[in-house]
Order: sequence, then C-alpha cells, then structure tokens
Amino acid sequence: MSVARFWRKIPQRYNLIGTKCETCGQHFFPPRTFCPDCRRTGKIVDHKFAGTGTIVTYTVIQTAPDQFASPGPYVLAIIKLDEGPQMTSQIICDPKDAKIGMRVRGVFRKIATDGESGIIHYGTKFVPVE
Amino acid sequence: MRDVAVIGVGCTKFGEHWNRSFRDLFVEAGALALEDAQLSGEKIDAMYVGNMSAGRFIEQEHIGALIADYAGMATRHIPSTRVEAACASGGLAFRQAVIAVASGMEDIVVAAGVEKMTDVEPGASTDALTGAADREWEGFVGATFPGLYAMIATDYMHKYGMTREQLAHVAVKNHYNGARNPIAQFPQEITLQTVLKSTMVAEPLRLFDCSPITDGAAAVIVAPLERAREFTDTPIKVMATAQASDTITLHDRRDISTLDASVAAGQRAFAMAKLTHKDINMVEVHDCFSIAEICAIEDLGFCKKGTAGTLTADGETALGGRIPVNTSGGLKACGHPVGATGIKQVYEIVQQLRNEAGKRQIEGAKIGMTHNVGGTGATVAVHILGRV
Repeated sequence: MSVARFWRKIPQRYNLIGTKCETCGQHFFPPRTFCPDCRRTGKIVDHKFAGTGTIVTYTVIQTAPDQFASPGPYVLAIIKLDEGPQMTSQIICDPKDAKIGMRVRGVFRKIATDGESGIIHYGTKFVPVE
Repeated sequence: MRDVAVIGVGCTKFGEHWNRSFRDLFVEAGALALEDAQLSGEKIDAMYVGNMSAGRFIEQEHIGALIADYAGMATRHIPSTRVEAACASGGLAFRQAVIAVASGMEDIVVAAGVEKMTDVEPGASTDALTGAADREWEGFVGATFPGLYAMIATDYMHKYGMTREQLAHVAVKNHYNGARNPIAQFPQEITLQTVLKSTMVAEPLRLFDCSPITDGAAAVIVAPLERAREFTDTPIKVMATAQASDTITLHDRRDISTLDASVAAGQRAFAMAKLTHKDINMVEVHDCFSIAEICAIEDLGFCKKGTAGTLTADGETALGGRIPVNTSGGLKACGHPVGATGIKQVYEIVQQLRNEAGKRQIEGAKIGMTHNVGGTGATVAVHILGRV
C-alpha cells in the first residue's frame, strides 16, 4: 500500500474517530459522510469512539498471510462498539480465552509489516477488559 | 421481455493447468459451447465474460477484448464486456447475457467465465481474493477469506448448536458428487475423518471445509426461446434471473450468519418464475466454505434457519435426497476458478435438465437453481432454469 493510503486513514485507524448523524443519532465507523437513513437531511459530525465493546463472533487464524504471520495464530473478531457500529479487528489474548460476549477495549498496536524493509502498518487491536 | 433459453454449454476440466494459459482455457470452453449448440462463431452477437482478477493473477486487464480477439471475433467487432463481482462474476455475466437477449437488443450471446489462478504463488492468490472483502477495514487488520467465513461458522454454531461433524458432512457429500463428475478438480471420495483431521485453517474451519485454488473456464450460449430449436433439440429455459447486494463488510450485516442478499435474490427469483422451493429438483449453491452451503440452503428457503446441518447429515441434500445440493461436487470438489464458477453452475444444471449428468443424474429433473455469491455475501446472483 502507498504511504498516502495509510496517512489519510490515521485519524480512524489510530484513534477510532468516526462520525455520527446529529439528525438521527446513528454512529458510523469507519466514518460515513452520508447518512444512509437521513440521506440529504442528515447532519454528519466527527465522533471519537470510547473504544469499548463486546465480541460478536471470532475465529483463530491458524494459517496466516505472511505479513501477519508473526507471532503465530491470532484471534480475529467482530466487535460491537458500545456506541453501536461493528468492526473487525484482532484480539490480543490467549486464543483459548476468546469467547462471544467478551468485553474488550481498543489499543494502538502494530498490525502487519510489508517484509523486512517495508512499511509497518499500525492500527487498533483490542484487549480483554479486566 | 422475451423468453430466453440456453442453447449450448461448454466447460474445461477444472484443476491446476500448469501447461495451459488463460487464453487456452477460455478458447476451449467457448469452442465446446459452440460445438454443443452446433453454431459457428459468425452467429454470435455479443459476449459477457465473468472474471474476478486477471489483473492480479496474470497481470492482464481488458479481458473482454482479449477474449473476443482469441475467440476469432476481432474482425467482426462484436461487443464484448468483462463483468466483475468477485466470486459472483460468472453469475452476473450470465445475467447480463440473459438481459441482453430478453431486451431484444441481441439474439445470440455468449456468457463465459474464466480464471487462471495458479500463475502466482499461493500467498499472492489468497491476497487477491481478499480484495473481495473490504481491504481497508477487513483485510488490513488480518481478515482472510477462511477467517471471515469462520466467523460466520462460529456465530452459526453458537446460535443453532450445529455440530462440527454435521458441518463436515457438507464436504463429504460434495466429494462424493465430485467423484462422479468428469470435470472435477478433486474427484475423490473422502470420509468425515478426512475433514476432521485436516489442517486447521481458521477455527472452526479446516482445510477440507475450504474450496481450492483452481484454473478453469466455462461458457454458455443464450438465445431467444422462440429461436432455440434452430440450434438444439433440448433448449433449457431461463425461468428467472435475480441479483442482490448487501454491505461489503461482514461486520455491518443485520445478522452475521444470514446472507440477506441470498434471501433477497432467492425471493426475487421464485417470484419471477412463479415457483416455490418445492418445485426445484436440484440446486448448485456457492459452497466456497462448508458453512456457506449450510447458510445458502436456509437463505434460499429450502429449510428453516438452523436446520441445514441436520438436513445435510441426514442425507437429504445428497444425490437421491429430498433436495440434492451441488451435484457437480460444488466449489469444494469440482473446484473454484472464481470467475468461471457462476457459469459452471449453469453448465451443471443444464446437464441435469438434459439428462446428460451420467452417474450423478437426478431422475426426472425438470427445474434447477443456481446460487452464486461474491465476497461474504455482498453480491448474490440466483437463476432458475427449466426444461421446455
């Protein structure tokens, strides 16, 4: 991926900044600039998500693509953020501990690397809430 | 709108064709379809070609023109259009050909599908396929295609209590059928233990829950039903064509283990054909992963949500069961050259309806259905075909 493609997503990937529609109160992550329900009457503003949520479903990726291969199997999940939207991310935990309904919170982490000398991808992963 | 019929079909063997090129494959499929329709290339008015990712797999774009050229159509300057909807590219190409003939704009139209996936190393082909999901918000964070369907399986098993063994029956049944199909990539029967002991890919899905990487091409020719008997004694009527879309990401769906686009496309197809699921003699569904077949059977209305695992384990979807599913062997055993799959599904149903399906023939087959999915369900194409 090109540098510009990472750079323009920094607010969303690093800080979970999405949008909400002030007309109907719906939250969007990733950000939408057009409310699918209110359409042209919607009023879209930025919204920083609290970063807490619940696991809806998950898997343990055992056969991983090279850029994600280290350090081995990882938990991939769909997380329902407390404000409503759902997103896909990794859960940093023992794969045996992952379960549906588990409470998690977002943390800033390395996601992947483009080989030894390539760009490092950062973004939001989730950890269990103690 | 005019009624439309399939007048010819052709398909290459599916597999790893190291000694054959993208061009070789689609030319063979097209020639077989023309021969089947006893038609010469000069009669063709237009072509639609389903192809997902020649750009990634063979670094070639502009596939519509390339195919028309190598099919010998360049000097006739017929319109030739590439159609892309990830793994549903073939289904959409067929639908565009049907619409072109139904509208009266064209008469004899080829719908083809082709994918050459083994010219890149497996990591590159897997990465290309990830483009069928949301690259920025699924692929970026480590979602693979087996991973996305595994999350559907986790959700489904949590909600409905389907067992791991019930899920494995999908692959066992599809390999049994594939072993009776001369074009299948893996014409070998397997047992439950083959599935349950295979390598874990993304829990709970194992290697034998996953469709393979495949090279292959398929082509069908459609024409106005009123002209069909000029070309064949066994025209097959296109009774319905339907297409639906949904969110590109899995996480934005209303329900993780229901493909609402399958539900919508299925309902539209049944309404158009004025039929119900009870009228269907066999269905080719998009089993890119075993869980996908379970969802498809339910989403198309063949059984209640949560019961397809039992239906499958009881043999009701096998040859000779209440509703045979994937008589071709499905994507699992027949293979999954992504752009060609939707056309191969039509090829299989046409063979069944013409009573030419050999050892996997469904006795007295009159009406069949195809179900072709792009991504995790962001695009679905459903067709109903019947004998006339």
